[in-house]
Amino acid sequence: MSVIVRIKKKFSFLFRWFSKKDRMKIGIYGPPNAGKTTLANRILRDWTGDVMGSVSDVPHETRRARLREGVKIEVDGKSVILDIVDTPGLATKIDFHDFLKYGMSEEEAKRRAKEATEGVIEAIKWLDDLDGVLMVMDATEDPYTQVNVTIIGNIEARGLPLLIVANKIDLPNASPARIKAAFPQHPVVPISALKGLNIDTLYREIAERFG
Amino acid sequence: MEGVQLNLISKDRLDKMGSMEKIRMILDEVKRGKIVVLESGLTPEEEAKLIELTMLEIDHENFVGIEVESYPQKSKGFFGKLFGGSGGRLTVIGPANRLKTLQKSDEFIEALVSIDR
Repeated sequence: MSVIVRIKKKFSFLFRWFSKKDRMKIGIYGPPNAGKTTLANRILRDWTGDVMGSVSDVPHETRRARLREGVKIEVDGKSVILDIVDTPGLATKIDFHDFLKYGMSEEEAKRRAKEATEGVIEAIKWLDDLDGVLMVMDATEDPYTQVNVTIIGNIEARGLPLLIVANKIDLPNASPARIKAAFPQHPVVPISALKGLNIDTLYREIAERFG
Repeated sequence: MEGVQLNLISKDRLDKMGSMEKIRMILDEVKRGKIVVLESGLTPEEEAKLIELTMLEIDHENFVGIEVESYPQKSKGFFGKLFGGSGGRLTVIGPANRLKTLQKSDEFIEALVSIDR
């Protein structure tokens, strides 16, 4: 990469600051089943009374990115208008056999696997069109996955503001501390998107970081 | 002798290759069942491109994807960020049905390579 291109990329945050938009396009990223759509639904329900999409225990339930425009979040006198993109879960492998365990027919499982691969590509493409990222991780899982490392590396390389959401803290074996230790350079907000635990802290951080 | 072939690619060789050349080489070798070890790894952008191409090549029969093992990027100083190269760290890539992560931390990775596919 030429030095000029590198300089342009590294100072992208400055360009963004000078050309500050009145609304930010925020992507919700993470591995499958981290709770991305549950979080998107929580945000939309709290601020628009609507929902983004269906959720399921079967991985790769979201296989197309969904965009919801003009979500206004207001906390402590600060407000931010977001265009929220709920992206399909990122993965390095997709095996249709994994879906058979959920009672699907082989044909249905293969179709879901194919759509899931397309969803991963779409999620990666969206990275070029965002102003910030909410990275959702399952706090009960090991955070050192390749998907997490790759997404965070790409967000850092693009100079996008990032907020890590340590989700599922309502579960007994959740450990947001493990996520904080794995990615100490980024703010981590522990929440339960399902139960709404600590969600006000997340909204405050969103208004602070993306506003 | 039965076993799994490991291709260990030096930093010098990787530095001479373009991004697509590296990614193509990795995917071709992994699809043949080999494990590829990169001394200096890939940039985050190259990793994302590798995932994209992997998704395109999954055929749901013989190739279901890849397993990648690498460490998080070390944060570099201001000038390191501006003028530094890829800065990638040791990376191991293999077929998802052959390479499995057992344990991973910031400084240590334990993985299992199976002979049966």
